Amino acid sequence: MHIKTMAEYAANGETPEVLFWVGCAGSFDQRAQKITKAFATILDKVGIQFAILGKEESCTGDPARRAGNEFIFQMMAQNNIQLLNMYGVKKIVTACPHCFNTLKNEYPALGGNYEVIHHTTFLQSLIDEGKIKMQEGGTFKGKKITYHDSCYLGRANNIYEAPRKVLETLDAELVEMKRCRSKGLCCGAGGAQMFKEEEKGSTRINFERGHEAVATGASVIAANCPFCMTMLTDGVKEAGKEDDVKVLDIAELIAQSMK
Amino acid sequence: MRIVQELLFVILFGAAVYLFARKAGQIRKNILLGRDKDLSDHPDLRWKNLFLLAFGQKKMFRNPLVAVLHFFVYAGFLIINLEILEIILDGILGTHRLFVPVLGSLYPVLISLFEVLAVLVLTGCAIFLVRRNILKLKRFISKDLDGWPRSDANYILITEIVLMALFLTMDTADQTLQARGVAHYIPTGSFWISGMLTPLFSGLSDGTLEAIERGCWWLHITGVLAFLNYLPYSKHLHIILAFPNAYYASLEPKGEMENMPAVQQEVQLMLQPELAANAPASDTMPKFGAKDVMDLTWKNLLDAYSCTECGRCSAACPANITGKLLSPRKIMMDTRDRLEEVGRNIKANGTFTDDNKTLLRDYISEEELRACTTCNACVQECPVSINPLDIILQLRRHLVMEESSAPAEWTGMFSNIENNMAPWKFSMDDRDKWATE
Repeated sequence: MHIKTMAEYAANGETPEVLFWVGCAGSFDQRAQKITKAFATILDKVGIQFAILGKEESCTGDPARRAGNEFIFQMMAQNNIQLLNMYGVKKIVTACPHCFNTLKNEYPALGGNYEVIHHTTFLQSLIDEGKIKMQEGGTFKGKKITYHDSCYLGRANNIYEAPRKVLETLDAELVEMKRCRSKGLCCGAGGAQMFKEEEKGSTRINFERGHEAVATGASVIAANCPFCMTMLTDGVKEAGKEDDVKVLDIAELIAQSMK
Repeated sequence: MRIVQELLFVILFGAAVYLFARKAGQIRKNILLGRDKDLSDHPDLRWKNLFLLAFGQKKMFRNPLVAVLHFFVYAGFLIINLEILEIILDGILGTHRLFVPVLGSLYPVLISLFEVLAVLVLTGCAIFLVRRNILKLKRFISKDLDGWPRSDANYILITEIVLMALFLTMDTADQTLQARGVAHYIPTGSFWISGMLTPLFSGLSDGTLEAIERGCWWLHITGVLAFLNYLPYSKHLHIILAFPNAYYASLEPKGEMENMPAVQQEVQLMLQPELAANAPASDTMPKFGAKDVMDLTWKNLLDAYSCTECGRCSAACPANITGKLLSPRKIMMDTRDRLEEVGRNIKANGTFTDDNKTLLRDYISEEELRACTTCNACVQECPVSINPLDIILQLRRHLVMEESSAPAEWTGMFSNIENNMAPWKFSMDDRDKWATE
């Protein structure tokens, strides 16, 4: 599969249907790269014309802004907006809820207005349109899956149902953690915590959440965020369940189960 | 004798209203110390929030059982205030149950409804006292509430119980005196609750009953007026400020952080120096983020006065749950305490005189601020539309941009983003490497 960049499209005088904003985690983190590939494979399979920015993509500025460094945020944001506007980008899909939130809610004030969609919502519409068809008796049929609401998709943007609807197509048994939807417990990575040691406490946030997820008895924890992925994977490991419980992104679950 | 009582009442009532208005004005002044933020947009959505969140207590119903109890106390307190109107007019005019002739047969029904509410308020408050002091719910035994805040909560509940008990005792004495046909106690018809309680007073003389009835009447209205003046010093101020606070609640998605136009412009000029010629010159050095209460928005300060210290925010906070120092409730309590201190400072000196203290560090430590994951659970949970996260983020902005104070890992992350366009130290050239593998 060759993934075309915006520059390649532009060179041919074409515009893709949608820009896939990969994000830093999706680009560099080895685990998150698998999510990126899974989502790109799905897009390719269903014949969506999409592009990435490739080497031209930069951090949205989210972690810098939340740590308090508005200068770095503004630098990243304004450069990105300049680039996106230059390519005439209208529609963006991303597999990272932090990028999603920043692009959707914070770029408009700086002159970047795009239709921004999180990949779980995008997958839901592909399923609704019949473009994604699931295998009969897929990999996850009858398995117990619990879904972890990321803060930046859930509370920050009120998206709770789309990811669950996507999971329903797996024919699996969905079990909820006690703290779910708007009461969902954070994985511990947001607000630039991902990039520093946790403050002193009685336990780590991802351990707390990992234990809660494991306690549902699910064999799969479905995530929608590369940072939650890292945190929950460690949380499950700490609970001693890494052999029995897999943390997978919704895109990976679909990629493994679609025709 | 009657005229003396009337005069006494008018003085009492006037003094209570005057003192309350004066304190309310002080609080308004304090809130307006915050920086300006225009929240006058979308009045339709704001009214909707006011009705749903404040009147309807929508968020309280995230825990239905407590919500129902709280609703009884709230509705009871609100509706019984209609009876206060009669009490005040009776006090000023020297009448007794002024509304009887006006309302006729509706009167006993109304009073009976108030009595039912009074019993519900009493029960609700009693259960709340048990939850706080005997069941010791986690969010009520937190060290956030050590000292005055914990007493404050108990005083409020006890006062409400006493006020309701006085109201019911007054009615019971009144009903007994009515039945005996004692002059002045005009027949109203039977009240549902106090009507059943009259046997308790059957052994008492008319004189004793009149003393009880008058005593309860005076204690009740004095208690209500005293309570009114207690509000501004108490967490209970939420019964008033929850309404404006819901109206001015943010209408933006919770994930959106407030933009900083000053930084936006500066960076724009850096990236596109050609724009500098047309840029409006600014001679004042802008301040970045917040160090003290005056740097916060007036809405942040209204938030602080609206907080009733229930602790739903901290109970949902992932940092707090895992034993970190951060407690969103404490952020709000600290903001109010500091604002009150600044208000006193201004009152004593005319203008604010440096007291070598700030909200940051003297009240809220860096460690608390560093523990926040910006997950918005505190914002989501607050029944009265408070946003502790907004304050945390403004203080963080001050730390990083004014003091260059950040954990070493963050400083590294900043320079990685600046140099490699990613928070990690990876080469830009490898960004699309995954696509070729």
